[in-house]
Amino acid sequence: MTTLEKPKLLSSGLTTCAGCLMELVARTALRVLGRNTVVLTPPSCSAILTGYGDETGLGVPGFQSNLENIAAYCSGIQTGFHVQGRDDIHILAFAGDGGTMDIGLQALSAAIERRHRFIYICYDNEAYMNTGIQRSGGTPLGAWTTTTPAGALVGKKNIVGMLLAQGIPYLATASAGHVKDLEKKVAKAAKIDGPSYLHVLTPCATGWRFPAKESVNVAKLAVESRVWPLLESVNGKLRLTKEIRKPRAVEEYFDCQGRFRNLDAATRHELAVSIDDNYNVLLQTQELQK
Amino acid sequence: MKYALDGNKAIAYGARLARPKVVAAYPITPQTPIVEELAVDIAAGRLDASYIAVESEHSALSAVVGAAITGVRVFTATAGAGLALMHEIVGVAAGNRLPVVMGISNRSLPSPWSLQADHSDSMAERDMGWLQLYAASAQESLDLIILGYALAEEVRLPVMICQDGFFVSHATSVVDVPEQEAVDAFLPSFEPGEVVLDPDNPMTINQLNSASTFTELKYRQQKALENALGVFQEVGAKYDSQFGRKYSPVQCVNCEGADMILVTLGSCFGAAVEAAASMNKEGMKVGIAKITLFRPFPYAAVRDALAGTGCVAVVDRSWGLGSEGPLSLEVKTALYPLQQRPAVYSFIAGLGGRDLHAGTFMQTVRKARELDAIKQIPTGSIWVDCKEVTA
Repeated sequence: MTTLEKPKLLSSGLTTCAGCLMELVARTALRVLGRNTVVLTPPSCSAILTGYGDETGLGVPGFQSNLENIAAYCSGIQTGFHVQGRDDIHILAFAGDGGTMDIGLQALSAAIERRHRFIYICYDNEAYMNTGIQRSGGTPLGAWTTTTPAGALVGKKNIVGMLLAQGIPYLATASAGHVKDLEKKVAKAAKIDGPSYLHVLTPCATGWRFPAKESVNVAKLAVESRVWPLLESVNGKLRLTKEIRKPRAVEEYFDCQGRFRNLDAATRHELAVSIDDNYNVLLQTQELQK
Repeated sequence: MKYALDGNKAIAYGARLARPKVVAAYPITPQTPIVEELAVDIAAGRLDASYIAVESEHSALSAVVGAAITGVRVFTATAGAGLALMHEIVGVAAGNRLPVVMGISNRSLPSPWSLQADHSDSMAERDMGWLQLYAASAQESLDLIILGYALAEEVRLPVMICQDGFFVSHATSVVDVPEQEAVDAFLPSFEPGEVVLDPDNPMTINQLNSASTFTELKYRQQKALENALGVFQEVGAKYDSQFGRKYSPVQCVNCEGADMILVTLGSCFGAAVEAAASMNKEGMKVGIAKITLFRPFPYAAVRDALAGTGCVAVVDRSWGLGSEGPLSLEVKTALYPLQQRPAVYSFIAGLGGRDLHAGTFMQTVRKARELDAIKQIPTGSIWVDCKEVTA
């Protein structure tokens, strides 16, 4: 795996927030995929990569999609390349949690169902951050956003479970705190002759209310506390790519972020139980499929 | 070769002859038979293309836009609420100057629900930057699809070919279908424009723009549409010389020296001709101006066609709620620069599939005459075939 990008496929000095992990994930993905790639971004934080006016951050072709149809554009682009014998070009959809599990879900589900060859990365910062921190289907129970001022009343949508139920050939979760693991997963996704889906947790200093220098630490903590299990499913066979035998306390994760400041004891408990349950279900599934 | 085809088959035959490489579509009445036909063509190897059976009209247009920006010829078709669902992407296709061709079997927009024809669906898209052509018969549907591709690719703008749902889409008539070789000679193989996703020539497409560039990009679209008027004449003349059928933005029947001219759009043209013939037997002189090209609107041609008469009756097959029929607004705009203008009477008829027959046109002519005798031009449109209702 290369660690230097030459020539640069994503320029430095982009106008993302300080400590932005979305940018880190994009940089990582492009480094792995290389220049024979086209990138789609919806109107979201990632549109910063695609650019503004006559400026762009991308060294590969880019297309700004609409918010709800990035996967439908991918379907057409893949088919257009295919009829021209260009199945060598990687097609990367790079969308946030809202563009993926809320407004973009129909197009995503259908493009996966039709088995189009494309790589879909959902960078999940757990709210509509580009419009200023509103709740999305990715927002966890109890988290403060501007539209859940007293904490989100419902939990995070299990998009990974939904897409696994569709029988997607390759699906993985990843973390912006585990870049080597992310690199491997992007490389695997690129080899799939069909749809692949990477769900990457990208803690957001601006929206989660923690200091920008802590971004990578918060991302690591999510994995190490079992809040964000790293897994992979190849043709329906699921395994944890990093087992967390001695998890760090979930309280540590809640307490390092301002968005959980007002969590009451009952919600804290409910969250902790669901985090445990989720991890155990994954362990058992892995065991059953061995 | 002559075939008995309905309008949907005619559009499908036209699209097949144009050899698109990607077709993406979603079923909706009354358009569905178009894309069924193309799906079978592709499965049977009669058309060398890929068919994407998408999950919505929104995704249908998104997928053909996606394919178009890889540099291939594309086709889709829709109707009614399907076109309304596409609305956001209608703007994307035009703004990126993609020569997408889309067949429309016009269907009224909800609510109330209707399966049948009026132009409310395509009229809602009229200012989005597409060319709009309205076919009055299955033959016109087929011809305008082929002509539409040549036009779209010349001016780098998307084109909608509209035919009235059921009245054209499901009515069978004799259609002269050109040979593939002749169509290939008329329509050269697809040349991608400047906007192409290509790793060897990276560019970002469709990104965010500021107020410092947005106006100029929109103005270029406006200029391209204005330019399309002249290109339509050229492409139409070429089509005529190759296939022997003439298409112009406005077609006039007995307009010279007419006391009154009916302005029509779509399949009701035949009924207007029948009504005019019967009224002309009674000593009237009624002409007809049939609009084929609605966007860009051919203001000069319409002005020339109508300038010589004293009275114009425009029949709109869409609502124009809160205003008046959109066709009549355009006709009035076309005539406004004249010092001596004919009086324009605006009528709405044939909504939600109500038959717009010769009787409706005779009633229209009589009502226009009545008003013209006292030079009383009402505000808004006269809903000429509306039954008595309480408000």
